[in-house]
Parts: sequence; C-alpha cells; structure tokens
Amino acid sequence: MFRFIARRLLETIPVLFIIVTATFFMVRFVPGGPFDSEKATTPEIRANLEAYYGLNLPLHRQYTNYLKAIVLHGDLGRSTKYASRTVNEIIADKLPASLQLGGLSLVIALVLGLTAGVVASVKRNTWVDYGASSFAMIGICVPTFVLGPLLVLVFAIHLGWFNASGWYGWQDRILPSLTLGIVYAAAIARLTRGGMLEVLNQDYIRTARAKGASEARIIFRHALRGGLLPVVSYLGPAIAGILTGSFVIETIFQIPGLGREFVNSAFNRDYTLVLGTVILYAVLIVALNLVVDIVQVWLNPKLKFE
Amino acid sequence: MPTPRLRRIVLLVTASLLTLAAGCAKKNTPPAAAPTASPSAPAAKILRVGNGTEPQDLDPHVVTGEPEHKVITAILEGLVTYGPDGGIAPGVAERWETSPDGRTYTFHLRENARWSNGEPLTSQDFVSSFKRELTPALASEYAYKLFVLTGAEDFNTGKLTDFSRVGVHAPDAHTLVFTLRERAPFLLESMLHYAWFPVHIPTVVKFGGLDRKGTAWTRPANFVGNGPFNLSEWKPNQKITVTRSPTYWNRAHVKLDGIEFYAIDNEDTEERLFRTGGLDYAYSLPLGKIEPYRREHPDTYRQVPFYGVYFYRVNVTKKPLDDKRVRRALALAIDRESLIKNVLRDAGQAPAYNVTPPSPAFTSTARIAGDLAEAKRLLAEAGYPDGRGMPSVEILFNTLDSHRVIAEAIQQMWKTRLGVNATIQNQEWKVYLDTTQTLNYQISRAGWIGDYEDPHTFLELWVTGGGNNQTGWSSADYDRLLRSALSAPSESERMAIYQKLEAILADEVPVIPIYFYSRIYAISPKVKNWVTNPLDNRGWQWVDLEK
Repeated sequence: MFRFIARRLLETIPVLFIIVTATFFMVRFVPGGPFDSEKATTPEIRANLEAYYGLNLPLHRQYTNYLKAIVLHGDLGRSTKYASRTVNEIIADKLPASLQLGGLSLVIALVLGLTAGVVASVKRNTWVDYGASSFAMIGICVPTFVLGPLLVLVFAIHLGWFNASGWYGWQDRILPSLTLGIVYAAAIARLTRGGMLEVLNQDYIRTARAKGASEARIIFRHALRGGLLPVVSYLGPAIAGILTGSFVIETIFQIPGLGREFVNSAFNRDYTLVLGTVILYAVLIVALNLVVDIVQVWLNPKLKFE
Repeated sequence: MPTPRLRRIVLLVTASLLTLAAGCAKKNTPPAAAPTASPSAPAAKILRVGNGTEPQDLDPHVVTGEPEHKVITAILEGLVTYGPDGGIAPGVAERWETSPDGRTYTFHLRENARWSNGEPLTSQDFVSSFKRELTPALASEYAYKLFVLTGAEDFNTGKLTDFSRVGVHAPDAHTLVFTLRERAPFLLESMLHYAWFPVHIPTVVKFGGLDRKGTAWTRPANFVGNGPFNLSEWKPNQKITVTRSPTYWNRAHVKLDGIEFYAIDNEDTEERLFRTGGLDYAYSLPLGKIEPYRREHPDTYRQVPFYGVYFYRVNVTKKPLDDKRVRRALALAIDRESLIKNVLRDAGQAPAYNVTPPSPAFTSTARIAGDLAEAKRLLAEAGYPDGRGMPSVEILFNTLDSHRVIAEAIQQMWKTRLGVNATIQNQEWKVYLDTTQTLNYQISRAGWIGDYEDPHTFLELWVTGGGNNQTGWSSADYDRLLRSALSAPSESERMAIYQKLEAILADEVPVIPIYFYSRIYAISPKVKNWVTNPLDNRGWQWVDLEK
C-alpha cells in the first residue's frame, strides 16, 4: 500500500507540471491583459506597469521565473488586480471561508444524501422512495442561483431568521451551506439509491436474509459497504470542488471565499491569481482522488492496490 | 474489520445530524432577532454603504476604481474637497489664487491640517507625494492626471530626472505653487480625484519604499491618513470600516462616528441586504427592482442624472461605415425615447443626440439632427436605397444582459426603419476591450463617465490618435480647436469652442450617442445631508444619520 501511495505521489509531479505549464500559456494567449480597461492609459505608463510586474520579459523567461519562485520559495507571485496582496496571502485569506462553507455543506450533503438514498432503496417503490427520489431530482434540477435567493427570500426576508448575506456570525453559515449542501445531497442520494439497489439484489444479501439477519444488520453491515462505492468515487472530485468554493454561492451570500477569486481572476486576467487557484485546485483533486482510490480498495475486497 | 467502524461513521453522521437539528431549533426560538442584529448594529452613528467591488488597494497612487474613490475620500483629503452642497470647497488648502494667465495656482494650506498620527501636514508633503506618483518605477496608472503640471509628463516618462523642474513647489510649509504647462480651467474639479491626494511619505517608506506598489502601508494598523475618518478595519471582500478622525481639521463638523463600506459586487445580493436593513445605502438597484421600488418604496428610491454617456463607437475605417452618410443614417434611425421608455424602464436617463451630457455650464446646441425621412435620404444617397445592397453591420458589446437588450432593440430599429441588417455579437469584457482597441469591430458599445465636471473630459476623447478614440476617426480641425480651447481667453469663448467640437461630431458621427446615464440607487430615509452632484460624489464629513 505504501508503495502504491508513493508511486501515486510521484506521478502527481508531472501532472502538476503539465497543468501549471498549460495554464500559464493558456491565460497568456487569451486576448486582453491585466491592464486593459475602459479608460486607456498612455503607452509609457503601460510600459512602466508591465515592467513593474515583469510582464515585459520574454514569455519563456517569465515562465522560468515563475516556476523557480514556486519551486524554490513556494511563492505564487503578486496579484496584478489586488495590488496590496500576494497570491499566497489571498489564498491563505480566502481558503478558510471556502473550507468552512465546504465542510458544512459536505456534512449536510452526506447526512441528507445518504439517509435519503438508503431509505429510498430499502423502501423501494413506496411513497418514501418516490418522495426521496423527487427530492433528489429537484435538488439536481434547481440550480444554486435559484435555490440560494429562494432560501434568502423565505428565511431572511419573510421570516427574518437570518441575515440576507454576509459572513460574520455562525448564523450566516446556515443558508449558504444548506444551498450548496442540498445540491450535492441530491446527487449523493441518487448514487446511494442506485448503488444500494444493485447490492440488495446480490446473492450474499439473500444469504444473509435466509440466515435470519435483521434488516438493520443487512443494510448497515452487509449492503452499505458495497452500495457506497459509486458515492465514494463521486466524492473525490466533488469534495475538491466543494472545498475550493462556489462562485455562485459566494456571490449570492457575499462570502469572502476562494471560489469568487477563482472565477474573477480569469475575468481580470490576473495571471498569477489564476495560476495560484488552478494549482490549489489541481493539488486538491489529485490528493482526493488518491484518497478515493484507497477507500475504494478498503470497501471493495475485489480491488487491490495496483 | 471495517464494519464496526462503518457503524461508527453512521453513528457519527447521525449525531451530527442531531446537532445540526438542535442548532436549527435553537435558531428558531428567537425569531426576528437576527436581521436587526446584523453584522454591525449601529450603536453609534455608523453609516453602512454598499460599495461595489472589492477595492484593489487604498493607495491613491496605485488604484484606479470608483469603489476605491469612495473609501479614499473618507480617509484622505486633497487641497480641495466636496462642500456641503456637493460643489468644490477648500480642503487642506484654505484658499488659493490664480495668475491672470491661468497657468500659476498658489494654494495656501491651513495651519491646522494634520495627519492622523498628529503630525502637521505641510506643502512639502504634497510635493513629495506628487513626486512619488510620477516616479516611473511606481508605474502609477493615473499618473497622467498630473500631466497638466509642467514637466510632469517628462518626469513620468523618464525624459526628465530632476523633479525640481516639475511644476510643483513649496516655497514655505503652508504654500504650494503649481505651474501648469497650459491653462486648465477644470483644474480644481479634477483635483477632487484621489490622484491629487497626499500620502504620508514616512509611512510609505517604512513599509517598503516609495516606488513599490501594494506594500503593507495601507493596512489598517499602519495607515496614516488626513481625511475626516481613519481606516480602522479591512476585511477583504467583506467590508472596510472607517471611524471619525480626532485629528481632522474640520472634525467639529463631521457628523458620523464611522462608515462601513461593504464590498458587494452583485446588485441582487446588495438589494436583498438593503431590504432586510443590513445597509443604509445600496450603490445600485437591479433593473428588475426599479419598478417595485418606485411603486412600493418611493421614500428610498433615487434616480438622479449622472455625468456620463452611453454610446456606440463606429469604426470609420471599414466599409460601409467609412461613409458619414451611413453613420448619420444609423444614428438618426434610433428611437431613443422609445428605447429609454421600453428597454431602460424610464429611470431618469435622457436621450443623447450629442456626446457631452448637459450641465449648467454647457449644453450642446449641436445635435445629430433630422428625422427618419432624412435618414432614408442619406442612406439612399450613400447608394443603399431602403437598405438595398448594404452589407450587414455587426454590433459588438461586452457580455451583459443590459447591453444585449439595447443592442437587440437597435438592431430591430435599423431593420424595420431603414432596412439595414445588423448582427449582434457579445464578447467577454477583456476580449471586447482588446477587439475595440485594435479596431477589429464595426460598431462597438461604450460608456464614458466624466473624470470631472467639464465638457473637456468628453471631447478630448476623439483627438487624433488618443488612447480612448478607438474609432479610427481623425480630424485636423477638431484637433486644432480642441487644443485652442485650453488657451481660450474666457470661459464663454472656451464653451463656444466646445460647441464647435460638438457640431463636428454631430456632422461626422464617429460615435453614435444613445443616452445620458442616470444613477439609480436606494437609500434609507434616515440618511441625512445626502447631497448629489453630476458625478454622484459627496464629502463624507457632511453626511448624517438619524438614529
């Protein structure tokens, strides 16, 4: 197993290198630059600006300088948009909010999703199943930009239980986490139901039933382990996405998270911030995929570390 | 074996579900407490304002935006500031004189002007600040705003290294003399902009040096300012808090205890926060909320004229738009009144038939004149009777619904009224800027808000080769007249020149003016002394909040 992990970690190095390189050149080849704005400045001032940020150097030099700074100092550079902050600072500053939002949403997603999925599969073709499946379908179909404002309308504007937006007290965490959580819960519920149904028809479940095992024991001890497999493979990339923030949720609820930086940096052509957030996202995806693979082997004896 | 562990996970999950439920239940017990207990329940007189996007920084020599302007005018002050009526009033300078030729300004600084650390503010502070801003290595984007001073442009471009030859001098601690390279009748207006504000040089030096951007000097713990308020907190992407300054020269007249500037870049989010009492002022309202607010909350709804114009640039280097008859025909065929009424919800915009928005000092007499019959005649004259044979033209805009609906309406007007086919094309903001700057378009949407309240800020755009011209249009007459405006012997003669410039534009139509902007926002009736002016700015020192 350790060999497996070590090999996978080594494999991530070329993967990250390719991602950084591709992103570096892709953002440069998009039309428009960080200093283009509606009010044009003079060519001389523009040249000064480019010199200040080292953008006047040949592209390959900029690229090697950038790689050197990352590898040697872990320095992701200076944001061109937010003059007073480095990319490292911005990430350090914004990631906690995204992690909090993501963590809470994940808990909500797992609790709601797993419960609904398991219940639906066990009570297949009853009103419970239909109810849970409709919830899942609605959750998948209603986009966050509809669900979020809808929750605000009901709970903040009409009932007055929460603030309409902001990220100050603990009560400000609830509506955004719920919005993001429900969307993922819906997907998890569907995957759990599907996975469970497949497992519940297998011979070993029938054997367990024949031996007189209680329904609870059958579900939790025998079925869930296999039934969760599709959920686990889904969770890897989903967690990476959920933890790096959601542009829509962060905009609706005015949350100082990384998701907005991720999207806005591309609009602003803030090259270093684009790269910084992409690298972070890539690292998270690679790491979580590794975790998923390990968990899958652990859940499914048919798989081996190879 | 993992099974007991799995059960433990299930238990854990159930437990967290219960905790969550308990949390929610607890939350439910005291209803209606939450919204008033919003992030900053005003114990003192704290004004909470929606302020658009997150400021890039608070260094006046580095930033370029409007949200930055709102915050910086609270914590720094220039030689002049906004008066209680929204006009120009003495700031750090208590009075000034102008030489008869209009090229020398002498400012007398008040003795009691102080930095927030208690140090006196002297004329040398302004000289050093301007020097910093013009230093090429700092690469200040708005350095050109100081180019009106003799030698400033040369110093900024590195042609001049001796700053003593730049037109700003401090003969003594409280006198500051500007020498201008040409007359600038709008100098005082333009000095309301933060590019002209002083910075506390020792603080800037301490945190990284004069020619470094974005050092830690603008962090709340380090910032030294001279405005009516002091920077006390900055939570990126959340809010910036300023509190009343005990050292400001006019502190006796400052009404508020503090201001919270909320970084909210989404209009809908901002409106919801305003509606639940989380803001006293919403910077803008979504288009769809204009009608409900006018109907149901007239006490909070505001629409005021704004010193800006929405227009279409025309690329005059490409057929068929190289023919001014075609351009005029297209300009005449737009029913601006109908556009404002049906597309823009009639929220205070005014139809634009010329470039400069009307103001007390200047209202253009020239306009793109004529009716639909004239438009058809011009088009026929250009060889396209009823649009026959005319190649399709493309309207480019940056991706935004509000631009799309306008473009669609105009597309429809050209089709039905002139028989001209137009296609519409949207591009992401920076791509659109690039396409426009490289003249890779036929017709491109644009907007311009005056830098200061003077027609010059609109009319200088179309000078040959100007960075903001972006139409390929050029006129030697226009360039000559524009240059002569600054040396006009009197204001009335200067305005007469601007009338001539407008007449040239109305005849040549390198741009098609569509409407003059209005500012639409919501403000709590508790906010007092909220004056407005054409650029919608005000001195925060005068604003009050009824408790």
